[in-house]
Amino acid sequence: MSAVPAIELRGVSKHFGSVIALREIDMKVYPGEVHCLLGDNGAGKSTLIKILSGVYQPTTGEILVEGVPVRFRSPRDAAEYGVATVFQDLGMIPLMSIARNFFLGREPLKGFFPFTRLDKEKANAVSRQAMADIGIDIRDPTQAVGTLSGGERQSVAIARAIHFGAKVLILDEPTSALGVHQAAMVLKFVIEARLRGLAVIFISHNIHHAYPVGDVFTLLNRGRRTGTYPKSAITRDEVVTIMSGGEDLKAVEAEIDALLASINAGDAARPTA
Amino acid sequence: MTVMDRDAVSPDGDNPAERFGVVAKRRGAHDERIASANWLTRLLRRPESGAAGGLIAALVIFAFLPGAAALYSLQGSMTFLTLSAELGIIATAAALLIIAGEFDLSVGSMMGFAGVVIGLTVRELGFPLWGGVASAFAVAIVVGWFNGLIVVKTRLPSFIVTLASLFILRGLSIGITRSVTGRTSIPYILQDVPDPFTATIFNGHVLGGFFQWMGEQGWIAVRSDGAPFVPGIPMSIVWCIGVAIVAAWVLTNTRFGNWIYASGGDATVARNVGVPVARVKIILFIGTACSATLLACIQVMEAGSADTLRGTLKEFEAIIAAVIGGVLLTGGYGTVIGAILGALIFGFVQMGIFYTGIDTDWFKVFLGAMILIAVLVNNYIRAKALGERTSG
Repeated sequence: MSAVPAIELRGVSKHFGSVIALREIDMKVYPGEVHCLLGDNGAGKSTLIKILSGVYQPTTGEILVEGVPVRFRSPRDAAEYGVATVFQDLGMIPLMSIARNFFLGREPLKGFFPFTRLDKEKANAVSRQAMADIGIDIRDPTQAVGTLSGGERQSVAIARAIHFGAKVLILDEPTSALGVHQAAMVLKFVIEARLRGLAVIFISHNIHHAYPVGDVFTLLNRGRRTGTYPKSAITRDEVVTIMSGGEDLKAVEAEIDALLASINAGDAARPTA
Repeated sequence: MTVMDRDAVSPDGDNPAERFGVVAKRRGAHDERIASANWLTRLLRRPESGAAGGLIAALVIFAFLPGAAALYSLQGSMTFLTLSAELGIIATAAALLIIAGEFDLSVGSMMGFAGVVIGLTVRELGFPLWGGVASAFAVAIVVGWFNGLIVVKTRLPSFIVTLASLFILRGLSIGITRSVTGRTSIPYILQDVPDPFTATIFNGHVLGGFFQWMGEQGWIAVRSDGAPFVPGIPMSIVWCIGVAIVAAWVLTNTRFGNWIYASGGDATVARNVGVPVARVKIILFIGTACSATLLACIQVMEAGSADTLRGTLKEFEAIIAAVIGGVLLTGGYGTVIGAILGALIFGFVQMGIFYTGIDTDWFKVFLGAMILIAVLVNNYIRAKALGERTSG
């Protein structure tokens, strides 16, 4: 593990009016590490992601990329610093082709003004190659992204981030809308990105997706960081317990047990025909 | 083919993905789930395929109706082509804007206003014709910029913003003209202008010699003085072809075109990757206003006068032509060729109904039906373009 984190948060808070969405978050993510961000709904995961990806600016605190303090004014700005975000469903334009999506905002051009035009051959070849690099065989880069499955769309976004030299890859619930096979595919790309030395921030509330690929787990609860654990220091069950607020889950379990018991008791009491 | 490509990536097999079996899974075969799309399917998936079919159908149907001979004569053809070309100019600009996800309902009023600007600057201020035309385009740029700016700044639907512009511009045209001249039209614009040549840029013909020669050969109908009935190809057709070629090239081959599709496809996504969505939309609003002004110039030079009511309902014709041509009303999808085909259908059927003696009242019924059919066909074609995931 290298000494300088790829991205670091120091005392980051975010207020929306009187609501404190995030309070004093410290976080370090190193190259070649999958850092899972876990928490229940309302824990502040999405706010944190939006700060990391440049959608929001923190109210207080600072962001450091490779040890240098930075300010992200927009997602584009963050991308310039090598922080790429793959949003859950935003990020691809379904009616546009794979190649056009791949190069959107960074179009390869050829020719001289006023005949400057898209280098479509290059766009097609490069996007196809970049997809092949992470193990997806796209035969026709001109087909609409809308024809791809959810997992394949995520993979285009990941391939794009890798191709354009991202140092930090943020994946916001990449597997939540996917079936088992598709989710497994996306998890492979997460490992692939890590092997290439990217710092990966993986947001999920599905522990079965997060635990196998994660190296480090940061848990959020009600806007606070409740702890950061390397995988060796925490078990899957412990993560589940902490994520759900521990006490709550036990209470729910007790309640369900009581309910089942009463139903069973009722069945037993009922005379059988 | 695909195997070779992959080997080019990792000739020594050191691709880290292979250690995880990601590549191996599909090695040596195409992705079998992507069925090969043959050329016919590809053709049918194009957004303008519905309009192309519709135009062919209209051309065939009208050929069997009485009066078809006049419709299909050189003169009849030139009439409907002129009508289509005039519509095609504004339909092209409207199509680009719709693809970018916005509407401009002020196109028709802008035509009237541009005509008034030309008329007043030339007749009242003594501008040369080119000065009047330049003033009209300057006004159009301001109007388009203003429309666009309000839409992107307020995030109100462009439908509402430009509906306001529709009334404001029409009201200004009538109000200003009546208070200055006491009438609602400005006649004799071309009289005694120092540069009559400017008018021919919008109103003249090209290939006059060729048509004269064809007349002499007896291939086309001539008047008693030997001049052909059709003196050449009207400039409106030349302008339309020019505008369409430039617009089509920009849309499909340039970065700006890519941004147009992206802005209409999903503005948030586009913004996140750095596409200047606001700038794209403002430029396209300026484009629709300028297209209206170009059409106003053609009509003013043709009539020699400006009327404050000119262009009424043209904004809807432009949108209809674009939609018939396969441009998706919700943005993000469509072509310039489609908009031109839509304009051709519009012009052809309008003239066809006139020539074949069908009561022209029925044109509006036809129009309404066409819009409905076009939207349904568009939805179907979009589903096709997205690969029709539900059926095999």
